Amino acid sequence: MIHDFGIVWSERSLLLSGLANTAILSALSAIAALLLGFLVTPALMSKRPAIFGLARLFVDGMRCVPFLLFAYIIYYGLPSLGLRLDNWSSGLAALIIYNTAYMAEILRGAWAVQPREPIEAGIAFGFSELKLFRRIILPPLLLSAGPVIGNQMIQIVKDSAFLTIIALPELTHAASSIQSRHYIPFAAFITAVFLYWGLCLVIEAGISSIGRVAEARR
Amino acid sequence: MAETNKVLDVAGVSKRFGANEVLSDVSLQVDKGETVCVLGPSGSGKSTLLRCINWLERPDAGQIYLNGERVGINNAGIVMGDRDLSKIRTRIGMVFQHFALWPHLTVLQNLMEAPVQVQRRPKAEVRDEALALLAKVGLSEKCDAFPARLSGGQKQRVGVARALAMRPDLLLFDEPTSALDPELVGEVLVVMRELAHEGMTMVIVTHEMAFARDAATRVLFLDRGKAVETGSPEKFFSNPETERARQFIQRYAGDVAGGRR
Repeated sequence: MIHDFGIVWSERSLLLSGLANTAILSALSAIAALLLGFLVTPALMSKRPAIFGLARLFVDGMRCVPFLLFAYIIYYGLPSLGLRLDNWSSGLAALIIYNTAYMAEILRGAWAVQPREPIEAGIAFGFSELKLFRRIILPPLLLSAGPVIGNQMIQIVKDSAFLTIIALPELTHAASSIQSRHYIPFAAFITAVFLYWGLCLVIEAGISSIGRVAEARR
Repeated sequence: MAETNKVLDVAGVSKRFGANEVLSDVSLQVDKGETVCVLGPSGSGKSTLLRCINWLERPDAGQIYLNGERVGINNAGIVMGDRDLSKIRTRIGMVFQHFALWPHLTVLQNLMEAPVQVQRRPKAEVRDEALALLAKVGLSEKCDAFPARLSGGQKQRVGVARALAMRPDLLLFDEPTSALDPELVGEVLVVMRELAHEGMTMVIVTHEMAFARDAATRVLFLDRGKAVETGSPEKFFSNPETERARQFIQRYAGDVAGGRR
């Protein structure tokens, strides 16, 4: 068994590049999904039935599709419609689109329970449009939604493992290549699990520091 | 606009929400240094009148002038864009019933936020002025606290200081003490009395009859969206013109006689 882990150690550069790719994939798609979420959220709260209906359809639809199936559709299905993306683009697109739906729903929930008066005070004090959003609406929103957004980021890290099926060289892909090359499934996969765990610990640390900032203001 | 000391001129403002006419043809002139208390039963349109003055609610009819300048409608006769509206709003301070402090900012940052971000005044100058205002409302030691750590009375004093930090021409108070525990009302009224003394121009929607009687220069009595009576507080409280006002005063008589300060 020790010997197996020795083999994993000798393949560390492959694992580390897998880890780096997982981190990059997750970070990029989390940021993009959050930003796109901010665009979808106002649509979810729109009073116009057409806009609201479209946004709702997207969000509910996305949340009911298994991620693996969605990644298959983007990578294998779209080429038959004439749109061929490489594995990195497909993987990123799948993660971003899928998680935009979740982020939008998280932000809608946090937005809906924000007290109305401080925002109104912002308007009465002359804040308008973008500045009102950036200075008055957004900070308390992020503080209250922070922990749930953090949870979703952990979900993104785990979902990114599915992208091994479209041959994206992320952490799970690296672990399975090591196991198939050396026939050491336990050592290879358990090492990957610990590396995922490490990534999640970093995210958890971020969440709890947001939590501390929010607690002082609650 | 012949009189130069007229700060606020509300002329025939009406507002309806659906079938419900909340304000009907209400007019109100406020001179520089006046403290006008708007009184009336709940649902009489007091808050809506206040919110129409800075266009938080858009009036359906009528005009509002601040120092002779039309609020909400520009020279071309069309509704102001966000930028013009924002500019004129910075000259009208507002104090809210539930304080409406910005929870993510400290007390000092709450005071500095709009002067720095909206009025674009130099930070150092705004900071000095904000610290002086906090001293004035007796909250110097709370400048680095977050609003959530303050009592209701302290929050509202911050609310007043935040409005003053904009150096407004006019200060609007929307039931500033009605969300407070009775024992905390006094500390806010003390600050408001002081402002009245200093000649701040204020329009105050309140249920504090004792305050209206001895701090207001004038009262406006609203009932079912109509300006029923206006005049000096002495006359209004001792010898009201209308039956409606008489009934209203009687209901609050204990409050006035009991002298809740």
